[in-house]
Amino acid sequence: MTDSPSLHLKTFLLILMIAVFAPLGNVLLGKGMKTVGPATHWAVADLWSVFVRICSSGYIWLGVASLMTFFVAYMLVLTWADYSYVQPASSFSYAMVALLGYLLLGEVISPLRWLGIAMICLGVLIVGHTPPRTTAVKV
Amino acid sequence: MREFLLLCVIVVAGTGGELCVTRAMKQIGEVTDFRPLALVRFILNALVVGWMWIGIAMMTIAFFALLAALSFENVSFVVPVTALSYAAGAVGAVLFLRERISAQRWIGVLIVCVGVTIVLLSKH
Repeated sequence: MTDSPSLHLKTFLLILMIAVFAPLGNVLLGKGMKTVGPATHWAVADLWSVFVRICSSGYIWLGVASLMTFFVAYMLVLTWADYSYVQPASSFSYAMVALLGYLLLGEVISPLRWLGIAMICLGVLIVGHTPPRTTAVKV
Repeated sequence: MREFLLLCVIVVAGTGGELCVTRAMKQIGEVTDFRPLALVRFILNALVVGWMWIGIAMMTIAFFALLAALSFENVSFVVPVTALSYAAGAVGAVLFLRERISAQRWIGVLIVCVGVTIVLLSKH
């Protein structure tokens, strides 16, 4: 990997996309499912009608598109950047999803829940700061 | 009870799916050629590995369980709880992929579990 300013910019932009599109996708799925509503009886006919409503929800498709954008950005950046360099973005996404839920969906988040989410971010960050390969490379 | 079951399905099926896909990918080997034709061949190779299909099936189940959970529960609750997959992933990687997990990684997993417990407690 050559260390050039354009590569840094490209990496930064893709990590920004990862940090934004993954939580945004989940929030859009949440918004879509709130409009679809829960299955009431869990019978086949009921589940089918919920499935049809899911497939015709614009928010769900936007959410799926957002998650696919995240996934492609993630795959692309991992082809040149280290996993341990990229991974902190996914720890940040747990805080981001709560923030977007609060801002876009008006979810009420108690201080205790913020504390739990902060712990999760810290834990994920520590998990990411360990070597990505622990198995021996086959030759 | 219903939501507890759904959260378990999201974590177990989601992590199980990722482990199966990882196993399939390791079977195919590292990708070094990123030309479009080589990538198409790579996708075709992936689709004939049995583990790949088991992985895709499990991830599909996890996705619909996530949708079901989101239909009656807040995103700011469901998504943080799914971080438990870091614990399930570490255990699964040891048992299923024979990976070694460092002490530091176990500490991270433990902190994630404490965080998830706090988020679960914040519901009451």
